[in-house]
Amino acid sequence: MSLLEVKNLTISFGGLRAVDDFNIDIKRGQLYGLIGPNGAGKTTVFNLLTGVYKPDEGIIKLEDKDITGLKTIDINKAGIARTFQNIRLFKDLTVLDNVKVGLHNHYRYSTIEGIFRLPKYYKVEKAMDERAMELLKVFELDGEADYLASNLPYGKQRKLEIARALATEPRLLLLDEPAAGMNPNETGELMDTIRFVRDKFDMTILLIEHDMKLVSGICEALTVLNFGRILAQGQTSTVLNDPQVITAYLGE
Amino acid sequence: MSFISYLINGISLGSVYAIIALGYTMVYGIAKMLNFAHGDVIMVGSFAVFTIVSTLGLSPILGILVAVVICTVLGMAIERVAYKPLRNASSPLAVLITAIGVSYLLQNIALLIFGANTKSFTSVVTISPLKLADGQLMISGETIVTIIAGIVIMIGLTLFVNKSKAGQAMLAVSEDKGAAQLMGINVNGTIALTFAIGSALAAIAGVLLCSAYPSLTPYTGAMPGIKAFVAAVFGGIGSIPGAMIGGILLGIIEILGKAYISSQMADAIVFAVLIIVLLVKPTGILGKNIQEKV
Amino acid sequence: MKKMKMTKTAKNNFVTYFIVLIAYILVQILLKSGHMSSLMEGLLVPLCIYVMLAVSLNLTVGILGELSLGHAGFMCVGAFSGAFFSKCMDGAMPDGIRFFIALLIGAAVAGVFGIVIGIPVLRLKGDYLAIVTLAFGEIIKNLVNVLYIGKDNNGFHFSMKDSISLHLGEEGQVIVNGAQGITGTPHDASFTAGVLLIFISLFIILNLINSRDGRAIMSIRDNRIAAESTGINITKYKLMAFSISAAIAGVAGVLYAHNLSTLTALPKNFGYNMSIMILVFVVLGGIGNIRGSIISAVILTLLPELLRGLSDYRMLIYAIVLIAMMLFNWSPKAIEWKDKLKEKYFSKIPFRKEKEVK
Repeated sequence: MSLLEVKNLTISFGGLRAVDDFNIDIKRGQLYGLIGPNGAGKTTVFNLLTGVYKPDEGIIKLEDKDITGLKTIDINKAGIARTFQNIRLFKDLTVLDNVKVGLHNHYRYSTIEGIFRLPKYYKVEKAMDERAMELLKVFELDGEADYLASNLPYGKQRKLEIARALATEPRLLLLDEPAAGMNPNETGELMDTIRFVRDKFDMTILLIEHDMKLVSGICEALTVLNFGRILAQGQTSTVLNDPQVITAYLGE
Repeated sequence: MSFISYLINGISLGSVYAIIALGYTMVYGIAKMLNFAHGDVIMVGSFAVFTIVSTLGLSPILGILVAVVICTVLGMAIERVAYKPLRNASSPLAVLITAIGVSYLLQNIALLIFGANTKSFTSVVTISPLKLADGQLMISGETIVTIIAGIVIMIGLTLFVNKSKAGQAMLAVSEDKGAAQLMGINVNGTIALTFAIGSALAAIAGVLLCSAYPSLTPYTGAMPGIKAFVAAVFGGIGSIPGAMIGGILLGIIEILGKAYISSQMADAIVFAVLIIVLLVKPTGILGKNIQEKV
Repeated sequence: MKKMKMTKTAKNNFVTYFIVLIAYILVQILLKSGHMSSLMEGLLVPLCIYVMLAVSLNLTVGILGELSLGHAGFMCVGAFSGAFFSKCMDGAMPDGIRFFIALLIGAAVAGVFGIVIGIPVLRLKGDYLAIVTLAFGEIIKNLVNVLYIGKDNNGFHFSMKDSISLHLGEEGQVIVNGAQGITGTPHDASFTAGVLLIFISLFIILNLINSRDGRAIMSIRDNRIAAESTGINITKYKLMAFSISAAIAGVAGVLYAHNLSTLTALPKNFGYNMSIMILVFVVLGGIGNIRGSIISAVILTLLPELLRGLSDYRMLIYAIVLIAMMLFNWSPKAIEWKDKLKEKYFSKIPFRKEKEVK
């Protein structure tokens, strides 16, 4: 069954069609890759899916529910969480608090209960701490829970961003170049983590990536974008052997 | 008749705002910062003229020249010492707060040197008033000079930006600092030049302002400075004709507001204009849209 | 691990409360033993007012991360609404209860103003937000100066023109008299009341920061776009921080009004210069550092009074220190230099700051 169904998605910036007639169909539990040369419109697709930009045309359906044109926050509530190409952590909050912000909409107490430290505050905060630590453990960040997010090394910052996204309990996780800036060792480790996340959280993942090793290693299906248009789409092995794709990547 | 004379006074005050706003708008367009101290540079220029003309008894022309030189140097020094180190600061608030500090500093230095007493500024304008409609309508020499100065400066600045190499460099830096640098433009020099021009204009504005409203204190520049920023936003920040239009409209609004609504509410009306503009069309009359990159 | 963190925050907050308490006891001892000059005694309530203003502005500037230059406007609203109530109710109820209700009214009215102004203002960013808050502050000050309210047997009368236009009956009384403001507000303010209000403000702000809402507010400060896509309601939390900050400034205003016999809205007390002075307290105490705000508000108010010879240079020194602090704390070069210094002398500390990653 389709988890994410996108039809005919289009957006222009000042006459330039950044994304043109984009279609995708992602099944539940799939690990899906979105690849393409620089400036092909991959991040724009993410921004359209998460409501940062409003599409000029097209329909986005998450689990058969139309979420086209919703605000970013409502799209997150509907079940899409993301990470960013240029890491966007809450840098002056602790690692633990970064994840707890992700838990915000699932663990509630009122402002009054918070300010006056009523029993519910302690109860809910404790539950949040426990849940956040569980998530941090998955990414082996539990030892650094008290550090400021900005003090983490690069690779761990990427992981923390994924942990924070997962804390919002999404149905679909969007990862924007998760392996950017990582060495081959770290990338290998990241591949394991992504697979693990998919299995453990029953997650559907759409990722943008340049690292072909990672893409071919974990993605089950691919869409290739070039100049805002779909160049090829389908099973990873088929797509990667498509002569058009090879040309786009290696040049004429 | 009184309406027309209010209107002319408004255009005159507005021309001063416009000249100040030109400085704001250029600095904002290029350094992407609100130079809160810009208004106080006006005050420094006025005190320079005051010292030379009233205290030393020298010629007003010399006074204006010295004021322009002092303000130009001052503007460049402020940029170099206080703003440049913060150009790449992680929070955009850092340079704004520093600018507030510079504003405070200039006011208090002036306070120490000249005291808090209001100085009576002698007008540098010697043109006699123009009498129209059988003397029912009188346009003061200051008004005539101010309006002419405003027009000349605006034309000169537009030509400079569009025709000269340095002006083109300014446009390039305001579009994209990084790209301008790659194209071999001296970004630091261009920003310094912008501050220099803006501050020189502030000196002229100061002289014109104090000639028309001849009371001078260390706080003289603060309010016109803020209002000129309102004018710059009103016209569309970063736009030279915008600053001119915004300034003149604001001057008219202020004078008419004073005359027909309430003299005590004039400032409130000016600020209400700012709020309405920012809420309805944040880019101002001639501004352009910028989208945040994700 | 997490238990340690809880106690760390709690300990930190405890130190803050403790400092205020010690200061209070110290002042009481000085007062009782007659060691305090009347000049200093006169400064006690203003000190409390400044501390509350600085702490509440820090909620907007340091925790929410938006630069407001209209804080004095909220103080003004609180002062006038509180004084208005006290003036109307003078003699109608016990002093203590009247003052308490006046404080609540000041907080509520300033808080509502915070919401009403915040809705349009908080859509703006950075410089624009700063200048528009300044504009609102000035508008409030201006409006108060042309506001006339009187009371007679027929109820309240309003005018924006003059007191004659109120058309009061013979027994009528002008309460708010335009630029002359409100005269004869009961003198309910005291140092003890001020310190109590500081405690309450601290309690609200510190507990807010260390709660679910506080985390949401700080997440917006650190990265608005990430906060939004993490499901944080930006508008709601910005408004929450802004209006709580305004409400506390309003309470400070009520305290101010009940410490003077005549309340007028002047550039000196409710103009943007006042807002900027509070901002100076916040910046020098450390943006986001609540305890720092308290200490800097106290020191910067007392120092020029203690060193009489310096009082002419007071604002000049503030200005220089402000610029120096900003350059030292925010300039990338200074930060790099400090990091190098740290690395050189404290390299044994295991978790030094990693190089920033873009």
